[in-house]
Amino acid sequence: MTGTVITVTSGKGGVGKTTAVANIAVALASDGKKVVCIDGDIGLRNLDVIMGLENRIVYDIVDIVEGRCRTRQAMIRDKRLPELFLIPAAQTRDKNAVSPSDMVRLCDELRAEVDWILIDSPAGIERGFRNSVAPADKVLIVTNPEMSAVRDADRVIGLLEAEEKPAPSLIINRLNPNMVRRGDMLSVDDVYDLLRIDVIGIVPEDENVIVASNRGTPLAMDGKSKAGQAFRNIARRLNGEQVPFIDLESSSLWDRLTKLAGRK
Amino acid sequence: MIQPKRMAESSLVQIKGIRDGLLVSLGEAGWPVAQRALLERIEAQPDFFKGARLSLDVGAQALKSPELTALRDQLSERGITLWAVVSTSPITENAAQLLGLATRLFKPTPQHEHTRPTAGSFPVAKGIDDETALWVNKTLRSGTRIEFAGHVVVLGDVNPGAEIIAGGSVIVWGRLRGFVHAGAQGKKDVVVCALDLSPTQLRVADEIAVAPRRSGKPQPEVVRLKDGRLQAEPWTSG
Repeated sequence: MTGTVITVTSGKGGVGKTTAVANIAVALASDGKKVVCIDGDIGLRNLDVIMGLENRIVYDIVDIVEGRCRTRQAMIRDKRLPELFLIPAAQTRDKNAVSPSDMVRLCDELRAEVDWILIDSPAGIERGFRNSVAPADKVLIVTNPEMSAVRDADRVIGLLEAEEKPAPSLIINRLNPNMVRRGDMLSVDDVYDLLRIDVIGIVPEDENVIVASNRGTPLAMDGKSKAGQAFRNIARRLNGEQVPFIDLESSSLWDRLTKLAGRK
Repeated sequence: MIQPKRMAESSLVQIKGIRDGLLVSLGEAGWPVAQRALLERIEAQPDFFKGARLSLDVGAQALKSPELTALRDQLSERGITLWAVVSTSPITENAAQLLGLATRLFKPTPQHEHTRPTAGSFPVAKGIDDETALWVNKTLRSGTRIEFAGHVVVLGDVNPGAEIIAGGSVIVWGRLRGFVHAGAQGKKDVVVCALDLSPTQLRVADEIAVAPRRSGKPQPEVVRLKDGRLQAEPWTSG
């Protein structure tokens, strides 16, 4: 088995990186794939909470790197999906406890055992970000349809280009179709227009995401919500399937005409 | 035989303290040798270097971003922050700028956003005359900063958050939405043109302008100094 390492990053904080990692991991694992999530946010860990595995942490990533446990011992198996694992971050240390080469070594070890390795990058472009992207085969950039998040995504794409990483793909998270229709929110086209990278997912704004993360059951687990569906579609696209985007705007002929006219 | 070689390697690394931290100058040697010499020097005095902010003068060494990335990571594993790489090689300079590293020390004003750089704020490379231009064949994304003493030609967009500072003119075959300073050393007979000219801010010599909010289809425009003010007009042939 040669697993693929996927790093989810964004530049800006609070755009939904951790939510995306948890949901994509759940979707991949529900499909029978063996998945490991690594929380790269040392000192501010969250992924364990969102995945509902907080109370089962014994060892963490710093313990692996510093040789206090074997990699297997730090991998927490999900109760609901036996093929899903989490390597949590240490809460009492900082980003400097792990180096980019540690991450590369860890992922090379995991690659032999699993299909997918998902890394949840911290916000920012400093050490934690560099740790998270160092082992990546593919980078997914999460952004929200607002100027500041898009600007930071652009910065991150520039950094990845400079490091000659393969071209990243984009997840546009928390899109509110009504606001886009009123012209109060950037549309998918507006975001694409600036960033010009492949869009792998469009996730609508959904209150259930917050409910789900408080409960520790990622939305993609079951749920009929559109957001959960959107995350499952991202997982399928990662598997190489061609999946059409969900029609969020469900635009009528009139909408399309006004959109055309508005473009000028 | 080993002793003299060691001596030679350690003399490759010159260290001095500057306002912004440590400045390390690497002597003329192949990059693997110079890099090893630097790391050995650090290894010899780990406490001295721990937590340091390091600027590196690599001379004429032509380095690409993977080499700089590798060095930055190796330094950061030793608790050292690499924040600037100074070089006379445009390749190195370009790679460093793309990685978000500073490429000039002793900026006259640390916050150039609020002050106007004066003539001579960056050194003119030797042999640069009015005929020299830097060719940039890609979109400049946020955080990229290009400084060049001659003209700059961009085949791609200049995104918000990207900066171009040119001694001469700036031509963008794409959308200009970032920051451009043409004639940064005071040269007034320069132009800025773009297929879609909507910069965050535009400067020509000492004049500053902000693009007015425009509606309708963008058209190619050229900006130049006329009667001491910046004026935009359609960019047409002739």
